[in-house]
Amino acid sequence: MTRQKLVVVGAGMASGRMLEHLFETAPDVYDVTLFGAEPRGNYNRIMLSPVLAGEKSFDQIVTHDADWYAGHGVDCRFGETVIAIDRENKTVVTGKGETPYDRLVVATGSAPFVIPIAGKDLPGVRAFRDLDDVEAMVAAAGRPNAKAVVIGGGLLGLEAAAALRLRGMEVVVLHLMGHLMERQLDPAAGFLLQKDLEGRGIRVHCEAQTKAILGEDRAEAVLLDDGTVYPADLVVMAVGIRPEVRIATDSGIHVERGIIVDDRMQSSDPDILAIGECVEHNKMCYGLVAPLYDMAKVAANTLAGKEAAFRPVETATQLKVTGVTLYSAGDFADGEDREEIILRDAAAGVYKRLVLKENRILGAVLYGETSDGGWFFDLLKKGTDVSDMRETLIFGQAFQGGAPLDPTAAVAALPDDAEICGCNGICKGTIVSAISEKGLSNLDGVRAHTKASGSCGTCTGLVEQLLQVTLGESYNPAAVTPMCGCTHLGHSDVRRLIKSKQLKSIPAVMQELEWTSSGGCAKCRPALNYYLVSDWPDEYADDYQSRFINERVHANIQKDGTYSVVPRMWGGMTSSKELRAIADVVDKFDIPAVKCTGGQRIDMLGIRKEDLPAVWADLGKAGFVSGQAYAKGLRTVKTCVGTDWCRFGTQDSTGLGIRIERFMWGSWTPAKVKMAVSGCPRNCSEATCKDVGVICVDSGFEIHFAGAAGLDIKGTEVLGHVGSEDEALEHIVALVQMYREQGHYLERIYKWAKRIGHDEVRRQIMEDADRRKAYYDRFVHSQKFAQVDPWSERVSGKDKHEFKPMADLTREAAE
Amino acid sequence: MTAEIRNWVHIGSLEDIPRQGARCVKSGDMTVAVFRTATDDVFALEDRCPHKNGPLSQGIVHDGCVTCPLHNWVIALETGAAQGADEGRTLAFPVRLENSRIYIDLSYSHEAV
Ligand code: SRM
Ligand SMILES: Cc1cc2nc3c(=O)[nH]c(=O)nc-3n(C[C@H](O)[C@H](O)[C@H](O)COP(=O)(O)OP(=O)(O)OC[C@H]3O[C@@H](n4cnc5c(N)ncnc54)[C@H](O)[C@@H]3O)c2cc1C
Ligand code: SF4
Ligand code: FES
Repeated sequence: MTRQKLVVVGAGMASGRMLEHLFETAPDVYDVTLFGAEPRGNYNRIMLSPVLAGEKSFDQIVTHDADWYAGHGVDCRFGETVIAIDRENKTVVTGKGETPYDRLVVATGSAPFVIPIAGKDLPGVRAFRDLDDVEAMVAAAGRPNAKAVVIGGGLLGLEAAAALRLRGMEVVVLHLMGHLMERQLDPAAGFLLQKDLEGRGIRVHCEAQTKAILGEDRAEAVLLDDGTVYPADLVVMAVGIRPEVRIATDSGIHVERGIIVDDRMQSSDPDILAIGECVEHNKMCYGLVAPLYDMAKVAANTLAGKEAAFRPVETATQLKVTGVTLYSAGDFADGEDREEIILRDAAAGVYKRLVLKENRILGAVLYGETSDGGWFFDLLKKGTDVSDMRETLIFGQAFQGGAPLDPTAAVAALPDDAEICGCNGICKGTIVSAISEKGLSNLDGVRAHTKASGSCGTCTGLVEQLLQVTLGESYNPAAVTPMCGCTHLGHSDVRRLIKSKQLKSIPAVMQELEWTSSGGCAKCRPALNYYLVSDWPDEYADDYQSRFINERVHANIQKDGTYSVVPRMWGGMTSSKELRAIADVVDKFDIPAVKCTGGQRIDMLGIRKEDLPAVWADLGKAGFVSGQAYAKGLRTVKTCVGTDWCRFGTQDSTGLGIRIERFMWGSWTPAKVKMAVSGCPRNCSEATCKDVGVICVDSGFEIHFAGAAGLDIKGTEVLGHVGSEDEALEHIVALVQMYREQGHYLERIYKWAKRIGHDEVRRQIMEDADRRKAYYDRFVHSQKFAQVDPWSERVSGKDKHEFKPMADLTREAAE
Repeated sequence: MTAEIRNWVHIGSLEDIPRQGARCVKSGDMTVAVFRTATDDVFALEDRCPHKNGPLSQGIVHDGCVTCPLHNWVIALETGAAQGADEGRTLAFPVRLENSRIYIDLSYSHEAV
């Protein structure tokens, strides 16, 4: 049978889901061509918020990759916009030509609404719709002291605002209405939300009528009707969306607000279907994924020649801002015939409101505590008569039927058709049967098989409780990821037990903590070795056989088995004498490559292992020590020229950098530590993407931490401001010691700080002087044992066996 | 084939190799890595990882295996075979320990068997 030609316009959330269903139900019926205006395939658009916040990478939100398309023979035409549909000849037209179809699916989503004011087209004004917008916003956030104005205080605007704030921008939200998210929240909950956001340093301006965006070549500020001006390097317009229907309208099919479809997702032209946000069904347009996924399924069935009908659904929303819990569903406008039940708990920051009509729930708003959201939503959708439980209804499911239930029991009590994952429309029964039939034992398994909790992730807790209910004892939701296959303990537990049980050697740890392998593995041994070095600096004898080769021989192994050598150049300063010594070493040992590193010093590459001690001996004579370019330890402290030379320098940044490097070199840390000191906010030493950075200002030193510029890119957080160099040193040392004591092996400072909370770090280092002093003292103590130049040790004979072969049989073999 | 011919060569003693460590033996163009495990067993492999020729002698020794220093393949010391999902094998040579004197036979690798 020859296949029919299916053309899909728009590679978005709806079309991705439809193709999945289609290939499951009717794998061999169509040859599919997929057009997408974006230069990339389908991804989980709703997760752009965490990507913007830096909590996820784009790769993590891709839903269909090149292999998937190839596996299903989809002809991908990404970056190619469809400009017209020629219904007469049954083709779609793009800038590159025409493509014929037998059936066509329009899934063009929606376009962000742009308010028609002066300045709206200036560079620096963005919508929040796709990855390009996110990338532009991230770039804008990277500028020093960058300011953003977000126009629109709805779901999208607030997610953008919170994410930009996390990236360190100063953020103002302008909202036309009297309170935030007025479509989902009542004024009281809107007020709580506003307070919460203000607590995170986001400024909120309600009843703000935007008049113009000011700026010459790019956006510089936003002007309101009342004359207020907010400076802005970035203006995000998040005021709404409208269905993207242009090609449909031009082709003459029936379009009102969206493309009109029937229950089978067919437009007024039977060969053309439409799904997603561009659609209008029964006078409704949708802007949330749950109903769009239903449409996707129906359209797939229609294409496969099966009966299916789309039914309008109630939708529930949650705000995806880490730390804010908010749930809203249904309708809660005031009305004569409506009653409401409200619960306020100011101390706990909880607000709940139910709107009832004739003893049935019409709407629910939950703020601060949302675990009953799913239960209320279920009662709402089913129109359950709640007269029997009115008195206790607002306290949630746990209070119904006498004794309070624990959350797991509450989930156990849900009916099979209760919806657990709103994004994907997955109900309890589906998850429970997947767990038992497929033998799933963890969250990842459930995600892989049912998609539940795989989109926005807010129902993760419920899914875990279902695992608990279904698997009983054998599921442990609090289970931590073990360090490695040799133990069931996680890094934090191991670190805690090493201290509390006073374990002081690797065999002692393995014995006491019941390691399951005889001698550990290449994952746990280096980690244990670090924990012991860090916790018992004066007692533990470093186990070199548990270190990776670079740290064992104090040089970096190269792909051909040779090594590179990077001596310290304190704060990036050097001299003719040092440079001459390096030149001599390079000549003497015939070193093939010499390079300036990204860390303000010089790398000599391609040295034979046997030559290392002799190279170090010569470097040592010129005063060099190891640069520890290989170590999970202090690497470099980059500096700029500061007050010594620069006309803008406010403090001696070079001097401070050198002082820090001389004080801290040699210390072992969970992962590498890189620092920088800049002499003014122009930040020439790039201090704001380092593990620890200092920006000198007229009044002293602004200390930054938790930046990254490797696998992840992340601007630093501000730790705080101090007045003197001595204080700066004490704070930095204390911060690093705190990290040394708590970090998991291979966990950079930014990951550690995120795990325990930036505020917690600030509290312990900035506010608690005694604790800071104690950290500082412990660091100083451990340096007594760590600050020994490993190169000179080896020049004087340590680990000799490492550097020469045990035997040379060449002659004997020849004989 | 005739009777097995063995060519044992003395290369040093057990104490020359750190426990859970390795030393190298040169033989013409070839380098052989000689490993000593936590339980004082000794093994010899050609010092070339089947992945991209990483020097196995520089890896971490654990559980009868060595983890390659370049990209963490795990190679069994006894057979030279890559473990887990990776596929490949490096030459493994017979070793004998007589009163802590180490002998190795380079004329004969397990792979050839
Ligand atoms: C030499 C150098 C590149 C250069 O020619 O400039 C370099 C070379 C290597 N880097 Fe780097 N990195 C060098 C600066 C950087 C920088 C820039 C900086 O420090 O300002 C970064 C980004 C900043 C950061 O770390 O956040 C950087 C991020 C990485 C990463 C990613 C780390 C991360 O957590 O995201 C790795 C991989 C790792 O550590 O696991 C890495 C790993 C490596 C290794 C060690 C790869 C390896 O495992 O063999 C390379 C060793 C080559 C060698 O033998 O010398 N290198 N590397 C730079 C040495 C700086 C120094 O003087 O010590
Ligand atoms: C930041 C953000 C957060 C969100 N959070 C949530 C949430 O938490 N929960 C929720 O339910 N919903 C959320 N949404 C809404 C949700 O993402 C959308 O409802 C959903 O993506 C719509 O799917 P769609 O397939 O209709 O359109 P889209 O996913 O927008 O896909 C349409 C695609 O078609 C392309 N296209 C348009 N015209 C053409 C053309 N002529 N030719 C070729 N290609 C074209 C577009 O470039 C686009 O890639 C969020 C949206 C955003 C932007
Ligand atoms: S970026 Fe770093 S790790 Fe990657 S090749 Fe260059 S030096 Fe090596
Ligand atoms: S060379 Fe050994 S793992 Fe790549």
